[in-house]
Amino acid sequence: MQATTEKVARVVTGAVSKYANCPGGLMPLLHEITASLGYIPKENVADIARGLGLSRAEVHGVISFYHDFHDHPRGRTTVQVCRAEACQAMGSRELETHVKQRLGIDYGETTPDGRFSLEPVYCLGNCACSPSIRIGDDIHARVDSDRFDEILDGVQA
Amino acid sequence: MIRVFVPADTTACALGADQVAAIIAEFANKSGLDIELVRNGSRGAFWLEPLVEVEAAGQRIAFGPVTPGDVPGLFEAGFPAECDHPLCLGKTENIDWLAKQQRLTFARAGLDDPLSLDAYQRSGGYSGLRKALEMSPAEIVETVTRSGLRGRGGAAFPTGIKWKTVLEAPADQKYIAANADEGDSGTFADRLLMEADPYQLIEGMTIAALAVGADKGFIYLRSEYPKALKILTQSISAAEQARLLGENILGSGFNFHIEVRLGAGAYICGEETSMLESLEGKRGLVRFKPPLPAIEGLFGKPTVVNNVLTLAAVSTVLASGAEHYRGFGTGRSRGTLTAQLAGNIRQGGLVEVPFGTSLRTLVEEFGGGTASLKPVRAIQVGGPLGAYLPESQWDLPMDYENFNAAGAMLGHGGIVVFDQSVDMLQQARFAMEFCAVESCGNCTPCRIGSVRGVEFIDKIGKNENRDDSLELLEELCETMDKGSLCAMGGLTPMPVRSALKHFPRDFEPADFAGRVD
Repeated sequence: MQATTEKVARVVTGAVSKYANCPGGLMPLLHEITASLGYIPKENVADIARGLGLSRAEVHGVISFYHDFHDHPRGRTTVQVCRAEACQAMGSRELETHVKQRLGIDYGETTPDGRFSLEPVYCLGNCACSPSIRIGDDIHARVDSDRFDEILDGVQA
Repeated sequence: MIRVFVPADTTACALGADQVAAIIAEFANKSGLDIELVRNGSRGAFWLEPLVEVEAAGQRIAFGPVTPGDVPGLFEAGFPAECDHPLCLGKTENIDWLAKQQRLTFARAGLDDPLSLDAYQRSGGYSGLRKALEMSPAEIVETVTRSGLRGRGGAAFPTGIKWKTVLEAPADQKYIAANADEGDSGTFADRLLMEADPYQLIEGMTIAALAVGADKGFIYLRSEYPKALKILTQSISAAEQARLLGENILGSGFNFHIEVRLGAGAYICGEETSMLESLEGKRGLVRFKPPLPAIEGLFGKPTVVNNVLTLAAVSTVLASGAEHYRGFGTGRSRGTLTAQLAGNIRQGGLVEVPFGTSLRTLVEEFGGGTASLKPVRAIQVGGPLGAYLPESQWDLPMDYENFNAAGAMLGHGGIVVFDQSVDMLQQARFAMEFCAVESCGNCTPCRIGSVRGVEFIDKIGKNENRDDSLELLEELCETMDKGSLCAMGGLTPMPVRSALKHFPRDFEPADFAGRVD
């Protein structure tokens, strides 16, 4: 989802002034921008760096290190499928094949209509009732292909 | 008034607890029943979630697992009274799965609203801190040392010794850093504790701060735990308002502040030095040790880095005494093991038992075998860096020393069960693949080794240069084991080697007659 230039400027300026004097503030700053915009626009890396007294390379380095941060627009809703062992033991390999087919995209991609981005996740802490997926902030347990379709059909976005 | 409990825990909600709560409220309203709906934490019996409980005349009656569709039928049968319905489990305290456990750290989990400070203090909460406030820092450290408590994150380092190092390090500023980056597959104990009993962590951190002379603490929480974030944020603010946290705690003149910082999906940030880098707002690159974080930790200052369960256990140690705590367990593994039954398991959830209980007891007696009802084939203990154990090793007592001696590790207590459909070559391959995805990249054995590991295993699977590939894979494992900067690269060979050693037929060519798929 592409944000307007005004909104981007407002969000980035707000986050920078909030965390400029916070020790280790780059992580919460990037989370805050991600929560508002869905991504951290490349064009604003220099503003963030200047505001926090860091180099652009340092800011870029942090964005590129963490799976949660992205420097390009994303789908309105993120779908995460757990790929870790407990879910594998309950058939998550089949589930992930189905999810990719149903959404028509691979991990790291966004559906052409901009509704969903698909990401792998390594454990959602729901391992006694696997396989697990996360859609937005909602975690779902014991998900098979049919259940996934049902959940996805219910997503308003 | 009748109190009805419907857990608001992640797993319970992932199984429909929010809808169950809403429908119960609606039916109670329609029937003119005066109920108080409490959203408690979970007791960790996840196989019974959503586990609805009713409190009447001082007794708790359990119903579970209750789906939204079950609620109308329950009311017809007489709910919220104890009634003749297949989901009625009788008194909660008599549920065998819970009754057979030895709960110390999780004694309070699921009993009440996790945000209720009253409920926490009524059940003994903050008595540990009150005692600690009467003691000198050295006495607190000595009590923790005497309890035999060891780090529950995986490394099992004696907590008291770590604290003593921080206490004795001269500095103008010290920190407490709670490691809540519970990334191991098959583990959810930290999450359960933070969602069901958050004040125990806050109290433990406050005691740690008092013991070493810190006035600032961070909880580094993984972003995969959105509910825990909400609960921690609310409980920190409630504790501050009650003067149990913040300035002049309980009128003692002692100040301690806690801030929650979110991780961003990097498994490596559960490694303590990577976590410190991340807290400093940097890439989570693993640091060289020494210097130890206890000497030069967060922002270069002496820092206690402990796992959530370790800090929570400190509240129990101070409240009930070092001798009480060390009275549980075996050998040098004192206290309780918080085992987490996960994967292909019929009765999964959190089982707290004294150290020394066997894996078989946990998986068969508590777990009830596999969810698929097929025989168990392999059990991975200790997360993605832990060994895959064949049946011949299931009778080992679960304690740190016995597991180390067997080429395995307890780690954070995750137990992931696989049935006969598991392909161990795929599991070994995944261990390397996961390491390649999550390596911080700071050392070569881990960064490059994991990629080469995937390639060798693929070659073995395709029967290409089989003997050479096997030999090279073993050499690679040796290099990663000996040459990596931290446990990520150092322990990735553990699941790989254990799969090769105990399940060699899965590494034979697909047309090999003896292969079991």
